[in-house]
Amino acid sequence: MHGLLSNRRLQRLLPSGSWYVIAAPYLWLLLFFLIPFLIVLKISFANIVLAMPPVEPVFVWTQDQILQIRLHFSNFAFVFGDDLYIEAFLNSIKVAGISTLLALLLGYPMAYGIARAPNGWRNVLFLLVVLPFFTSFLLRVYAWLGLLGRNGPINGVLMHLGLIHEPLQLLQTDFAVYIGMVYSYLPFMILPLYSAIEKLDLNLLEAAADLGCRPARVFMKVTLPLTKQGIFAGCLLVFIPAVGEYVIPALLGGPDTLMIGRVVWDEFFGNRDWPVASALAIVLLVLLSGLVLLLQRVQARGEAIHE
Amino acid sequence: MNERRAGLVLGAMAVGFSFLYLPIFAMIIYSFNASRLVTVWDSANSPTLAWYRELFHNGALLDAARLSFKIATANATGAVILGTLAAFALERYRRFRGRAMFNLLTTAPMVLPEVITGLSLLLLFVALEQTMGWPRGRGAVTITIAHITFSMAYVIVIVKARLATVDRSIEEAAMDLGARPWKVFAVITLPLIASAIASGWVLAFILSWDDLVITSFVSGPSSTTLPQLVFSKVRLGVSPDINALATLLVLVVTACVVSAGIYMLQAERKRLHDAQMAFEESA
Amino acid sequence: MSEAYIRIEQLTKRFGEFVAVRQVSLEIAKGEVFCLLGGSGCGKTTLLRMLAGFEEPSEGRVTIDGVDVTHVPPYERPVNMMFQSYALFPHMTVEQNVAFGLRQDGLRRAAISSQVRDMLALVQLEGYEKRKPHQLSGGQRQRVALARALVKRPKLLLLDEPLGALDKKLREHTQFELIKLQEQLGVTFVIVTHDQEEAMTLATRIGVMRAGEILQVGTPADIYEFPNSRFVADFIGSVNMMAGRLTVDEADHARIDCPELGVSVYIDHGVSGPPDSSVSVAIRPEKIQMSAAKPAQPDNVVNGVISGVAYLGGATRYLVRLPTGLQLKVTAPNTHRHEENFQQDESVWLYWDGSAPVVVTR
Repeated sequence: MHGLLSNRRLQRLLPSGSWYVIAAPYLWLLLFFLIPFLIVLKISFANIVLAMPPVEPVFVWTQDQILQIRLHFSNFAFVFGDDLYIEAFLNSIKVAGISTLLALLLGYPMAYGIARAPNGWRNVLFLLVVLPFFTSFLLRVYAWLGLLGRNGPINGVLMHLGLIHEPLQLLQTDFAVYIGMVYSYLPFMILPLYSAIEKLDLNLLEAAADLGCRPARVFMKVTLPLTKQGIFAGCLLVFIPAVGEYVIPALLGGPDTLMIGRVVWDEFFGNRDWPVASALAIVLLVLLSGLVLLLQRVQARGEAIHE
Repeated sequence: MNERRAGLVLGAMAVGFSFLYLPIFAMIIYSFNASRLVTVWDSANSPTLAWYRELFHNGALLDAARLSFKIATANATGAVILGTLAAFALERYRRFRGRAMFNLLTTAPMVLPEVITGLSLLLLFVALEQTMGWPRGRGAVTITIAHITFSMAYVIVIVKARLATVDRSIEEAAMDLGARPWKVFAVITLPLIASAIASGWVLAFILSWDDLVITSFVSGPSSTTLPQLVFSKVRLGVSPDINALATLLVLVVTACVVSAGIYMLQAERKRLHDAQMAFEESA
Repeated sequence: MSEAYIRIEQLTKRFGEFVAVRQVSLEIAKGEVFCLLGGSGCGKTTLLRMLAGFEEPSEGRVTIDGVDVTHVPPYERPVNMMFQSYALFPHMTVEQNVAFGLRQDGLRRAAISSQVRDMLALVQLEGYEKRKPHQLSGGQRQRVALARALVKRPKLLLLDEPLGALDKKLREHTQFELIKLQEQLGVTFVIVTHDQEEAMTLATRIGVMRAGEILQVGTPADIYEFPNSRFVADFIGSVNMMAGRLTVDEADHARIDCPELGVSVYIDHGVSGPPDSSVSVAIRPEKIQMSAAKPAQPDNVVNGVISGVAYLGGATRYLVRLPTGLQLKVTAPNTHRHEENFQQDESVWLYWDGSAPVVVTR
């Protein structure tokens, strides 16, 4: 147990059971997070069979004392060979990307307004942004089912105003999915933006204006670059869960709204094809990590140029 | 701020906040609608409390709510214990073998798509049942384990942030005065981070109470949580009793959040006031 | 000096490649107020933390009252510390803060409350028992921190910048209170500070630190009057420092050739340095006298022109430019009101005693 803490002094200063402080959560995460993940990896190479569980073992200890490892790459070949899956991946990225952009366009001025609001108002507005986050996600998505329905209030108002003559098909469209995504993840966009804008030194803006910079230029040259961290964090917080989202496309999207979270779900529960569902999960994870790393690199490079 | 930009900002805030709140208000209003066709207002018989009455006579729904509550409570407690330990380890033990891995493991559950977390945990439970005979089938226990695993990450973030603000010399002072390390943690550190732990508990509770995707993977036929029940109902279309349920939840949460907000605001004011008094007295 | 009560032997602390404290040896007597003085990053705080037990020495030993405490954890040492930030427990009252240490020792309730009461009386905090730290002013917090550290009657009290967080007016008052208290209780103090004035007023002895090493240990007067190095002379107080060469070094006098000054410096004692070696001469500004007429003494006289005058209230600080271009700092006390002071651009004579210059070789 001594090897875990490299510093002998440290060990004496911290709770004598300091090993357990680390070990309890560490073991939990190893057992319930890392190992499951390795199992997904294993099963993505397994063959489907009609049994429970519906997979063939990957590691087989044969009678002549040989460990056989049978890796079926067919699942991945299947995933990459089928346009449906590729389309689902591409569509997920498209939907998540557009939703992130929309959330940024709406969230930035909101965050700006809250950060610059008078003192008493700021806390109230902040609370108003956080509040929906605490109410059920599922029920908030559900709320749009009623609003966007054929006989729902939105169609009602539009008809009443004479803008349309028969109800629009709003539900089960990509439009509804974008609405649901932006609606659900807007608080995640606003929170990091808010803290970035709030930290912004107002003197800098005044200095820029004092030096003859016009407001639009001040925004582009000073405010935006200085809040870049917040923009980056907000976009990641919206984009990542949006890519793998299941509930929103399932409830608001149409049958042709292909998103990867939904495809994994359907493969697993609908087709009981565990290996393909696992392979899809692996590809999704690789894709997401790749995107995050890429974004981080782009940001790091931007920073380097900036300095 | 110039006029045009002020207009733009105010406009965006008006649009944004109505966007955030109109659906919720619509849901509340329709929960009092007598018509079974949710979106058609039956002005003859509305408002009515019929759907609320129905809610409290729906045995399946009450069972699901009770199960969700139990799981959420157990989850929040487990997540807070493990999360606080992990936060302490990450914040206070700067160097130990495997720290980088530990750090990764504590943040990854937050960014991993829920379908992947759910799928992987189910595969683990199946594998465990095959090899060790435990857990036998899936239900409340497996759901709780799954929830702890992902909600713990959020507790870690909250508690770690608070721990970072606790002046280390306060802990050192306690040790200097003769308190042993565990005692320092119990009587000094813990009280100082108690409110962060409480926030972590509430957040973990809500995350569990609200979770559908991960739960669906790791639940068994005998355990249906409230989100699962709501989802299966809602998939078939809007339903007035769900409006009533949503209204109740919104009211409870709003009451909690608003009172917590007011409490914090008052505590802050009192602190400022006390500091002011002390200053004036000594001047 | 009585025998060593606290003995520090060859104490070294490394953080990776960086050596924070290097081979420090010190002996501190019982009842002393010892000040570790130095700039930021000189290792004084690390040394203090090793005495408290928060840092494990890489090498060396610490003994207190004959007991080796080098590897004793902080909660078992007869040492208490007053932290720079005071580190009061924010969720406890003044009373609970002060009682904390006694409670860890498992004392009886009655004994604890009477000791706490006495201690609070000693630091004049009666009536504040039920207050929380945030309801106190800076000076009151400082006294709570002091009471909390003293109530256990430690063999050694460590104070990290004890007056650093107080404003100037309060600081002077508190300095004397602190010394009074120390004399009353007879506890040995080790104080860390970067403020030389604080060190001078509080300490019985000072150790000047730089880059992890102790350069000089001595009484405040020793350190001020006989600095053993250029760094110490410069760090403590204000000084005129000139490079020179040792030309005469007899038992009863010495001479140093100082091209910067234009004349040689006469010293009324031998310095026993290697002949013809390069040295530095340090002369404190208040040891230089100034007159309009040429003084009678044969040595240590230069003339110059006043290039700057700063009236400081108690004294006046002059800058005098010599024909060589060197500027000397001269401080003259303002003993009389409406005194005829010297003016800018006035030509003056400067002279000093044979005992005024200090020769340092390092």
